[in-house]
Amino acid sequence: MDILFSAFEILLRWDVLIALLIGSCGGVVIGAIPGVGPAVAIAIILPATFSLEPIVGLTLLLGIYGSAMYGGSIPAILINTPGTPVNALTTYDGYPMTQRGEGRRALSLAYSASFFGGVFSILCLILLSPVLAYIAPMFGSREIFLAALLGIILVITAHKGQMFAAAMMASLGIFVQTVGMEPIKYSKRFTFDQSWLTGGLNLIVVVLGLFAISQAILLLVEEDKRAKAVKVTGGLFQGLKELGKHKRIAAVSASFGVIMGMIPGVGEFTSQFLSYTYAKGSSKTPEKFGKGSTEGLVASETANNAVPAAAMIPLLALGIPGEALTAMMLSVFYVHNVNPGPTLFQNHLDFVIALYISLLLLNVLVLIFLIFSTNSLLKVIQIPSRFLGMSILILSFVGVYSLRNSFTDCAVAAGFGIFGFILKRLDLPIVPIILGMVLGEIMEGKLRTSMMSVKSPIDFINRPIAFILFTIIILVILLQVRTLWKNLKKR
Amino acid sequence: MKNIKSGNLLFAILFTIISAFLISQFPDQIKWFKKTKLTSQPALWSAIGLIGMTFFSLIHLLLNFRTSNFKTELKEGIIWIRSVEFAGWFLLYVILVPNIGYLFATILVAPALTYRVGYHDKVMIACSIITGLFIVLIFKTFLEVKIPGGAIYEFLPNTLRSFMILNF
Repeated sequence: MDILFSAFEILLRWDVLIALLIGSCGGVVIGAIPGVGPAVAIAIILPATFSLEPIVGLTLLLGIYGSAMYGGSIPAILINTPGTPVNALTTYDGYPMTQRGEGRRALSLAYSASFFGGVFSILCLILLSPVLAYIAPMFGSREIFLAALLGIILVITAHKGQMFAAAMMASLGIFVQTVGMEPIKYSKRFTFDQSWLTGGLNLIVVVLGLFAISQAILLLVEEDKRAKAVKVTGGLFQGLKELGKHKRIAAVSASFGVIMGMIPGVGEFTSQFLSYTYAKGSSKTPEKFGKGSTEGLVASETANNAVPAAAMIPLLALGIPGEALTAMMLSVFYVHNVNPGPTLFQNHLDFVIALYISLLLLNVLVLIFLIFSTNSLLKVIQIPSRFLGMSILILSFVGVYSLRNSFTDCAVAAGFGIFGFILKRLDLPIVPIILGMVLGEIMEGKLRTSMMSVKSPIDFINRPIAFILFTIIILVILLQVRTLWKNLKKR
Repeated sequence: MKNIKSGNLLFAILFTIISAFLISQFPDQIKWFKKTKLTSQPALWSAIGLIGMTFFSLIHLLLNFRTSNFKTELKEGIIWIRSVEFAGWFLLYVILVPNIGYLFATILVAPALTYRVGYHDKVMIACSIITGLFIVLIFKTFLEVKIPGGAIYEFLPNTLRSFMILNF
């Protein structure tokens, strides 16, 4: 109980509450604009949060992260264009409902399902926190190394049909993080005698290039698009009642979201896919799926909104980000010399609970905001895509230049922007590069530390958690080899 | 396999060449320490990254070899080159800011770029200027992000100069 009071004390400050309000409402707007998305917004705003206190900065970023998918469902349902990539599945059933004249009902149901997913996930995590506080200290250097390795492997294997490309990008990320002065032996790595490379390539600069500048270039180069005007009439409250008819699907989908969100590299897409498959399999009318099924809509929206809170678990408990957005948030901790990991749950449980309560509050704020502002948001969707590209390019400057006022950083970001643009054109994955950089650094440091106390390789896995993680890694690799072999035989 | 987009072969070739070049630079660009464990060698993780890059890009190359068409690959390559222009716009903006100031650079580049990408009507140009002004007000004036004042501000009277440096 004391921890709960202490958490409220951290939260109930005007700057934190303003950050929460701006983050949650801003996140909805950003999510509603196809072509922007939370990754671009977080990348741009990240350096500006470095001057804020960790709780203020993180609340702002969490607000954007947790609310963008709510906004993303609006264009997905009304104009068949997902606002964020994870809203793609929402178009399957949301848009056919709009075509039937049930756009208002679809939106209302999507908001309610998203709200349920978000709240369910946060409540699970608040209840799980004492367990995590107990387990997290059992993670030493070797366990964190193995968890990071598992994270990289899962990120690669999660890219079905693009596994080799994902492995190529993760390797690039691992290599890029090694460039510059090595911190233990003080030897230079791949600097080609260039002084600007001695300090290494800054993660934020790379992130801004790969996510924000690349997106700006993509919008500027491609054909100009402008969404059609749509108007939603009537109230948006009935979805909460209607969700009651789909309690089972909502609960199962939210559980999938929580479990998948906790596993590094898996996230929204897998949880949505599993939830949708479950909902279709257990439905009395599976033939309606993809043609405007309310069950399908509930499954996809509940699952994707249950992920953000759960994705904070590996970050906070182990210091291991599971995807690009949490990797960006990790840098906020680092800038303020706060090390997320086992000690955070042990010594600052109130801080962790405060973050979860802020997530809970943001879900309430977003729901209220959406009920009253949906029609105004429809105007935002209509911003022409090239104008949006121009705005993102101008905004990207703030992100990169405010870091160190360096032209070199901007040139590096522009270079990564072109590279990211090419990857987006080819539909190749970008996230593994960022995770390769973050997890590569963690693996390098933790392997070095853990090997000091290890005499033979078998000692490395002589602790229970290390052994379990090692077994999971072997199983995941064996399963992938088996799948590849089967696919090869089919050809 | 996902539907393969044109340009993948060209990308795989370029990526493999760069990876192979970086591997060839390994002896010059990294130091190997004697009497040091393999796991403590600074070279270890660079090697893991580079070997992974080369190995997987070769597989990506092989997977795309049969399915690609030379003409469409070249067409896609030209689109990539076109993107350099917008990176150039970004760098031009970066050069302008410390010279003419954040505010002037933004309200100059935003409408110019808007015009360049095809919006020639007055409404869109005005919208771009308002957007630029709004961005400057939010980030520099209210959030006080670290962007230095422009060299041009030196020519302003003392009180106005410090006001401009602080806010715009």
